[in-house]
Amino acid sequence: MTAPTLEYAELAPLITVFGAAVIGVLIEAFVPRRARHTVQVVLALLALVASLVQVIALAGTEVVAAVGAVVIDGPALFLQGTILVLSIISIAFFAERKLEAGGDAFAPAASSLPGSDEERVLVRERRLQTEIYPLMLFAVAGMMLFPAANDLLIMFIALEVLSLPLYLMCGMARRRRLLSHEAALKYFLLGAFSSAVFLFGSAFVYGFAGSLRFSEISTALTTEIGKEGLLLSGVGLMAVGLLFKVGAVPFHAWTPDVYQGAPTPVTAFMAACTKLAAFGAMVRLFYVAFGGVRSDWQPMLWAVAIATMVVGAVVALTQTDIKRMLAYSSIAHAGFVLTALVAADQTATAAILFYLATYGIATLGAFAVVTLVRDSGGEATHLSKWAGLGKRSPIVAGTFALFLLAFAGIPMTSGFVGKLSVFAAAIDGGATPLVIVGVLASAVAAFFYVRVIVLMFFSAPAEEGPTVAVPSVWTTVGISLGAAATLLLGLVPGPLLDLAQQAAVFVR
Amino acid sequence: MSLYAPVIGLIIIAALFAVGSVVVSTVVGPKRYNRARLDSYECGVEPTPQPVGGGRFPIKYYLTAMTFIIFDIEIIFLYPWAVRFDQLGVFGFLAMVTFIVLISVPFVYEWRRGGLDWD
Repeated sequence: MTAPTLEYAELAPLITVFGAAVIGVLIEAFVPRRARHTVQVVLALLALVASLVQVIALAGTEVVAAVGAVVIDGPALFLQGTILVLSIISIAFFAERKLEAGGDAFAPAASSLPGSDEERVLVRERRLQTEIYPLMLFAVAGMMLFPAANDLLIMFIALEVLSLPLYLMCGMARRRRLLSHEAALKYFLLGAFSSAVFLFGSAFVYGFAGSLRFSEISTALTTEIGKEGLLLSGVGLMAVGLLFKVGAVPFHAWTPDVYQGAPTPVTAFMAACTKLAAFGAMVRLFYVAFGGVRSDWQPMLWAVAIATMVVGAVVALTQTDIKRMLAYSSIAHAGFVLTALVAADQTATAAILFYLATYGIATLGAFAVVTLVRDSGGEATHLSKWAGLGKRSPIVAGTFALFLLAFAGIPMTSGFVGKLSVFAAAIDGGATPLVIVGVLASAVAAFFYVRVIVLMFFSAPAEEGPTVAVPSVWTTVGISLGAAATLLLGLVPGPLLDLAQQAAVFVR
Repeated sequence: MSLYAPVIGLIIIAALFAVGSVVVSTVVGPKRYNRARLDSYECGVEPTPQPVGGGRFPIKYYLTAMTFIIFDIEIIFLYPWAVRFDQLGVFGFLAMVTFIVLISVPFVYEWRRGGLDWD
């Protein structure tokens, strides 16, 4: 038996983040409490930046690594790089300590009972939650592995590595802790259930192909005749698991509750990065492994895409909470990405990569702005409280308006170019009816985005309305970067579009 | 389409069975309510009352369970390696050492954070 070779150079970005996460756990065990916060933040930042540098250095690599279990190719590197950039910005929002008196957005100890004496003592001592950083690093590592997985087992492990820390992180809000616990529990129960369905599907696909590798499953599509029942059940069940993670209808029910209950920095991180990772994995699974039976899964995704766009856009109209509204908007966006996914070619992959990058940046920025608008009860997320915000703090309201316009797909923002490219890819792929539904859904969606902008700029300020807190310089830089990227990618999308186009080739 | 017919058939039968059983049992079943009937079902055990002050319960069992899971995972990987360790060679040995080092990290964490103290 010969020893397998591992491509350490190509796997280095993943190993860096995984290693830093393990070191983070050891820091929790050995570093004195007072120094922990600084050490954890610095470690997380260093690891993510080092990993990003390694990803950039690997640009153009096309390697099947780890005996075929992982693929480092264009889409994988593009998504890993984007996830790393978004996580680095998220660290700034996680470590923000100027908004809450005496702490950050997280409960001092997640295990303390809400409203108990223990909690009060911890708050008085200004105890900080530091375990959130290693958890986040594990989640990031899982997200980086997910779109690079070339094997059903690795894909499942990556899914769990990214999901389990997120379930915990959702339950750590400093304010409205019961809501946060509820969000964590709902996300965990539904997420664990969908992971089980995904695993069930993998078992069927393995039963069909006799292999876990995507390339061999792809070959089996032409050689294994008469076992289509196993294959189709497998494809359907695996789709359920992945569609749950991207928040597509009818597996979207968790999204508004979890986005609302989770601490807003976590919501920002989760909304942006999970969607990137899950769509990356979905595109690879459906194009590389199941590409040969696309006529079987395309009708299913057609139906899901239409339902997702319509439900996301229409239900968002009735929302009165800004975080819930953004959650439904993220559902609608998942639908727009699915229209391109149905097309199943290189143009579609490029469009999806570009769309995900622009959507991720705008989402991160929008949720970060939500953390700034506060009243005595913490974040003021009710829409009525945002009335007249544009008169009180035009810069914050203007930035938020920019992100909303990008979500709506107004020209001169990144969202327009993104939407244009996914719809163009869908038309090329023969999914014109989907695009018609998409355009109608965008029109509905534009209405509720513009409604918020009108509310902020043209209504009278609410009595005893919220104030806009002044964050630390890092958060300001993070939000400014997001706004600049949203504007810049709308005006000069060429370079990123070219990069996505070059990156959109899957290695089998 | 004929490929999907059995699946659709099964879905219809399953739905009919699920909805049917609920409906039939509410219509046909006797309706005699007493204390035992209205109690929550606890696998035949008397349901324990909620502790005073919001439902806290001793956390020791959950820590023991988590420790068990770590050992469990370790054993699951150690057994197959032990059976074939001579054929897996140096690579297998080093991989197993790395694995054991990594899996000791949660133990170290648990020990340092007081998870092993039985107060």
